[in-house]
Amino acid sequence: MNQQIIQEDDIRREEEFNARIAAGKTIEPKDWMPERYRRQLLRMMSQHAHSEVVGMLPEGNWLTRAPSLMRKAVLLAKIQDEAGHGLYIYSGAETLGTDRSEMIDQLLSGKAKYSSIFNYPTLNWADMGAIGWLVDGAAIVNQTVLAKCSYGPYARAMVRICKEENFHNKQGYQIMAVLMRGTKAQQEMAQDAMNRWWWPSLMMFGPPDKDSPNSGDLMRWKVKLQSNDDLRQRFIDRTVPQAEAIGLRIPDDKLKWNPQTRHYEFGEINWEEFNNVIRGNGPCNKLRLKQRRDAHAEGNWVREAAAAYAAKHARA
Amino acid sequence: MNTNDALYTYCVRLADTAVILSQRFCEWCGHGPILEEDIAMSNMGLDLIGQARGFYAYAAALENKGRSEDDIAFHRNEREFTNRCMVEQPNYDFAYTMVRSFLHGAAAYLQYRELTKSGDETVSGLAAKSLKEMTYHVRHSSEWLIRLGDGTDESKVRVQNAVDDLWQFTDELFEMDEVDQMLIRNGIACDLTQLRQEWDQMVDEVFSKAGITKPAPGGFQSKGGMKGMHSEHLGHLLSEMQFLQRAYPDAKW
Amino acid sequence: MSNQHQWPAWEVFTQKTDGEAHEHAGNVHAPDAEMALLNARDVYGRRQEAVNIWVVPSSAITASTPDDVGPFFDPANDKMYRWPNYFKTPDGIKQI
Repeated sequence: MNQQIIQEDDIRREEEFNARIAAGKTIEPKDWMPERYRRQLLRMMSQHAHSEVVGMLPEGNWLTRAPSLMRKAVLLAKIQDEAGHGLYIYSGAETLGTDRSEMIDQLLSGKAKYSSIFNYPTLNWADMGAIGWLVDGAAIVNQTVLAKCSYGPYARAMVRICKEENFHNKQGYQIMAVLMRGTKAQQEMAQDAMNRWWWPSLMMFGPPDKDSPNSGDLMRWKVKLQSNDDLRQRFIDRTVPQAEAIGLRIPDDKLKWNPQTRHYEFGEINWEEFNNVIRGNGPCNKLRLKQRRDAHAEGNWVREAAAAYAAKHARA
Repeated sequence: MNTNDALYTYCVRLADTAVILSQRFCEWCGHGPILEEDIAMSNMGLDLIGQARGFYAYAAALENKGRSEDDIAFHRNEREFTNRCMVEQPNYDFAYTMVRSFLHGAAAYLQYRELTKSGDETVSGLAAKSLKEMTYHVRHSSEWLIRLGDGTDESKVRVQNAVDDLWQFTDELFEMDEVDQMLIRNGIACDLTQLRQEWDQMVDEVFSKAGITKPAPGGFQSKGGMKGMHSEHLGHLLSEMQFLQRAYPDAKW
Repeated sequence: MSNQHQWPAWEVFTQKTDGEAHEHAGNVHAPDAEMALLNARDVYGRRQEAVNIWVVPSSAITASTPDDVGPFFDPANDKMYRWPNYFKTPDGIKQI
């Protein structure tokens, strides 16, 4: 009897919830939400936050070798922003009832995922350009849409992040543009980075719509507002002319403008590679996790010391 | 040596010290003990790069040979670098990093405070900006020294070890030579020996709150960073920092 | 990988310019109030967003709940006389 009342209550609440979503209302932390909505959001937000934090590593790899003081300052400010963005999103995700340290444990144990793009190595300075321009460019396309998603804390974090992230994209493109105006060696460096980062950037939008397992629910709940394929297409359409403007070749023989659809057509993405990297078999999966684990483990005594000090000096 | 040459050398020394310490903070990026501290150390690194750029740019202008801030930063070898040896010491752990930040930061804070009164307007302007930044670095590092010193047994040992190891670079923070003397006479630079006592008071206050023992005087003190005499660490730091500029000498970035 | 050293969360409020009200900016984790203040400065003041910062332990905040919406806020909706435009001004009067 009681069980039945609870179930009916849940059904009624879920209907109300769906109606609110359909009416374009924002869901706030203390609002009732279906457990699946909460779980999916937590999964998305913690993955997103982990991606920001792990994403610091490939760029950090060139920070101490930045070729000018200006570039060093810009790169450091950018990577610092990523730490900040991770923090904003963790903070938003915590409103769903899971502590940041718990999310970090899931990352370090390998249970939680992060964007597969950061499992590729940064091998020359132009990679800093390619990451800012392509990877952040793709992230911005994603995040601009997420800023309108139904969960308030996530949407607000995205608004803040989008505002800050525009310079990331621009500094990356500028690095590429300067290299393409530079010596032959610099141009080759830029093209090499382009060749390595183009396809993984396209994979950032996730599997094609037909194979995207969570998309249905997420779209219905307005957590996702546009499909993976649509966002990917938008990214390609805006990026190809940028590449052409500075003389970079897109490493795709099938790429061509279709005047009828007013979109670029492009070649087949290697989804087997994508799935492998996601499953942990990418060039840097092990390295990135090791770097995060080491930092966390080496920081333990520091966190412990500050907590001990605070406990000693807490007013009774 | 005329005043112009002396001021050039003086600015390069300040810039060298700032850029080398910023490089050490850069090494932490992505590897800090907690996200908030990662962000804090990046901020300090950014402040220091800004200080370095300001003083290098002024040095380049004084020299007037068409060199840029980057030419000065990236195209000199370790024997030509004139930073204080304290700042080139490796990070080792968070305690070392914070102790180094504090010991150097307190001295830099006092020096910049005096330089805001410099008769050279560019120097006083750069000093005023740097002073605010160093005020914060000292606050941040002091708070950490107190927490580490009064935290756990492990943190107490670590922070004391860092103080003991870094102490040999403290006298050098106040070392001066004929460049300083000439600029002091001209009302441009300040007398660092007069700041030592105040620095000791700052150190004593924080050490006493933190329960850190100040090393006894009389131990070895290294000198000569300003004359290009460094520890073994600087060469490695520079070979990394200068790699692209050296490998592609004709490139613009 | 232990949770016991997780620092507590602090809500951060920043004042953008002199004279304005403090607004909620987000949160930070910190072991104590002073470190929370420093962390808030570094996280939420990177782009000159603040001239003053408050930090408050997140646990110290008491909030109304969505279930309160009706009883808390609806009773205000039949008291239109709190708004000046509720009152008709006689014709010919320009200002009151």
